[in-house]
Amino acid sequence: MPAFSCAFPGCRRDLLVIVLVVFVGIGLPIEASAPAYQSHGTEGSHLTNITNTKKAFPVLAVNYEHVRKPFEIALWILLALLMKLGFHLIPRLSAVVPESCLLIVVGLLVGGLIKVIGEEPPVLDSQLFFLCLLPPIILDAGYFLPIRPFTENVGTILVFAVIGTLWNAFFMGGLLYALCQIESVGLSGVDLLACLLFGSIVSAVDPVAVLAVFEEIHINELVHILVFGESLLNDAVTVVLYNLFEEFSKVGTVTVLDVFLGVVCFFVVSLGGVLVGAIYGFLAAFTSRFTSHTRVIEPLFVFLYSYMAYLSSEMFHLSGIMALIACGVVMRPYVEANISHKSYTTIKYFLKMWSSVSETLIFIFLGVSTVAGPHAWNWTFVITTVILCLVSRVLGVIGLTFIINKFRIVKLTKKDQFIVAYGGLRGAIAFSLGYLLSNSHQMRNLFLTAIITVIFFTVFVQGMTIRPLVELLAVKKKKESKPSINEEIHTEFLDHLLTGVEGVCGHYGHYHWKEKLNRFNKTYVKRWLIAGENFKEPELIAFYRKMELKQAIMMVESGQLPSVLPSTISMQNIQPRAIPRVSKKREEEIRRILRANLQNNKQKMRSRSYSRHTLFDADEEDNVSEVRLRKTKMEMERRVSVMERRVSVMEREGRCDGEGGSV
Amino acid sequence: MGALQSLSDEPEYRELAEKTGFSFEQIGILHKRFKQLSHNEDMLRRADLDTIPDLACNPIRTQIIEAFFDKRNFHQNGDGTVEEISFEEFLVVMSHFRPPALNMTEEQREKVRREKLRFLFNMHDTDNDGTITLEEYRHVVEELLSRSGALGKETAKGIADAAMLEVASISMGHMEPDEFYEGITFEHFLKILKDIEIETKMNIRFLNMDTTTLCNRDSSSIR
Repeated sequence: MPAFSCAFPGCRRDLLVIVLVVFVGIGLPIEASAPAYQSHGTEGSHLTNITNTKKAFPVLAVNYEHVRKPFEIALWILLALLMKLGFHLIPRLSAVVPESCLLIVVGLLVGGLIKVIGEEPPVLDSQLFFLCLLPPIILDAGYFLPIRPFTENVGTILVFAVIGTLWNAFFMGGLLYALCQIESVGLSGVDLLACLLFGSIVSAVDPVAVLAVFEEIHINELVHILVFGESLLNDAVTVVLYNLFEEFSKVGTVTVLDVFLGVVCFFVVSLGGVLVGAIYGFLAAFTSRFTSHTRVIEPLFVFLYSYMAYLSSEMFHLSGIMALIACGVVMRPYVEANISHKSYTTIKYFLKMWSSVSETLIFIFLGVSTVAGPHAWNWTFVITTVILCLVSRVLGVIGLTFIINKFRIVKLTKKDQFIVAYGGLRGAIAFSLGYLLSNSHQMRNLFLTAIITVIFFTVFVQGMTIRPLVELLAVKKKKESKPSINEEIHTEFLDHLLTGVEGVCGHYGHYHWKEKLNRFNKTYVKRWLIAGENFKEPELIAFYRKMELKQAIMMVESGQLPSVLPSTISMQNIQPRAIPRVSKKREEEIRRILRANLQNNKQKMRSRSYSRHTLFDADEEDNVSEVRLRKTKMEMERRVSVMERRVSVMEREGRCDGEGGSV
Repeated sequence: MGALQSLSDEPEYRELAEKTGFSFEQIGILHKRFKQLSHNEDMLRRADLDTIPDLACNPIRTQIIEAFFDKRNFHQNGDGTVEEISFEEFLVVMSHFRPPALNMTEEQREKVRREKLRFLFNMHDTDNDGTITLEEYRHVVEELLSRSGALGKETAKGIADAAMLEVASISMGHMEPDEFYEGITFEHFLKILKDIEIETKMNIRFLNMDTTTLCNRDSSSIR
């Protein structure tokens, strides 16, 4: 609590908000008046050269020019993060309005302020966006992509991504062209190709916006992976359509050959992107096999290989997003088996940090660019675009689900369909693609305005209302479950069971191929990519060891055994009764003595709750004599020291020895 | 059992369809498969299932084959095991893997979930006493890890022990130090696996079209 005690709780928050505003107030003039300093600097040096008289040695001088660029970048990022911090201090606001909306509003305010000062607000530079801001978000998404639900639904996701986006693009482009033909609109100069180009830009669901909004509503896994997977995989379609229509609109005519080449191009772009990503993924996995002596730079390999995958595929006009996703997915299982626990944590936190910063910056810049950009407003066009976006999305989802449900085992319900349709948000990718349109397009400003309006509508209206709608429709939410070893055992058990039953039924199904892939992976691939003897380790054991490691670390940090499930149940409660037990009184005595001893140790270990290393040995005799008591005590101390040793070994990131079970 | 030899036995199929929920086409295809496995006999034996090549590298194949011959899975309140099964019983066991229909009420889904979890429970509870003891659970984990090579029984024991501890903690909450947790009852089993949404996971696709002539795989598995 602060030293100055406030009578009402809002005082501290208000103070922070004031500090933020002051910061912004100071920050903006510095950036805006940067050119002024530049001229001063050069003038000053000129003067001293000419006069050449003895001046007092400048104790303090200002040279802003020297640090201008990094200073501005750092200041922007700092402001963005302070804004983000500010939102979470106002509790009711962050519960109602999604963060993305607030950030866009801040961007609008900042842009407005800059304009009022009289400077030119910076626009979201497309190169900056595609090369610096987008990759961290996509890598974060791809590296932590939940593989199991993704592969189970990959067919559905692909149908939505490819056919859904194509449908959206052509439906919107076509109807907008029809609209432009109407005399009263006054847009008769717009030809079909331009409309189709616009349709292809605005039809793709945006991963950044989807992530930002869906992160906060905790919807069930199936719907989440459907919308999210679609937003990632439709990049290939968007890239191809965009390039296609841009080329065509320059030339003006389309032949059948061009259409055919377009289809071929789609396959090249998507499969090529995945291939590039997979190659870099395997390279990263292979490199990580040898990093056991240089643990500190392990995370860098992950980041750099992924970024290279992105840049390489962008170089060939392949789909960079798909390359990043493929790279992350391919390298993750092998890299995680090779790197240390600390490197894993580092990777996780760096990715989350970068993607968070990127997301914040993107939304703020979106707001600023709205204020800055040249606008050409046409009521009919813009309103029609927004309505058509919604309509085409809903129709597309309903139509495709009707077809997809014939092939799915677990059908999509109406509620699922609604959320999938409603969650199709547009975002900054659409804006950047629009911005990339060359100035020769006479409709560029109109298109940009329409794109921004669509983005605002989807992010604000759909983003804000999706949470109450989810509550209203009682859509299934994601279950907050801790990793449970029973669930893990049964997931693996189910895999084998279903493969077996498919074998009995006699047809090659989903599980059959999955089993074949797993076996191939185990016998050939893991041998090359995983260091040491770990490649033989089955997943269940790896999971169990990770759980143990986490608990051991928690214990070291907090000084006592963690009780995830607070209970007084320990091993003795489940050991079979065939083992004769010591009387309760003796037990208490032993416990007391041991406790007294343990107090002297550095680690104060508790002897109750979730102790796998408790009192009784398997071969206990009936009579408990003094000798026996001492022996038991020594045994306990031995176990305690063994456990301490294991914990310190784990801490030093050695690999655990093979034993994962009882001491 | 009647003459299930001819495929066009509509009344038989209708009864089976009602009992198990499969469609006529699916029953026809499964019947073909049954005949292929049993070499055109009326009854299927364990040895017939043993010869399926796909099951050869499955770590839990003994349990899977046993499940087909377990009377508890025939929905007739029976107990124990049999040596050979008819097509009807084969179909009833298979019906545990049908996906739930699209428009089921919540309690119907609950019923489906219980049924599937009961199947899994029966697979673990090999001595039919209604609980999964620590020994039985250890056996399950050992079998799962048996194909994975030389990691031995200690790890399996450790994992099974930890799992049992987790079940006890969730189901019982608080126990005195000298109380003994007998084993996982069916209710406890339901509780620990309720988050796994088994009605969406424990399904396989049953074909509506006859593709067994295309992938003529097990015709060579003649005794």
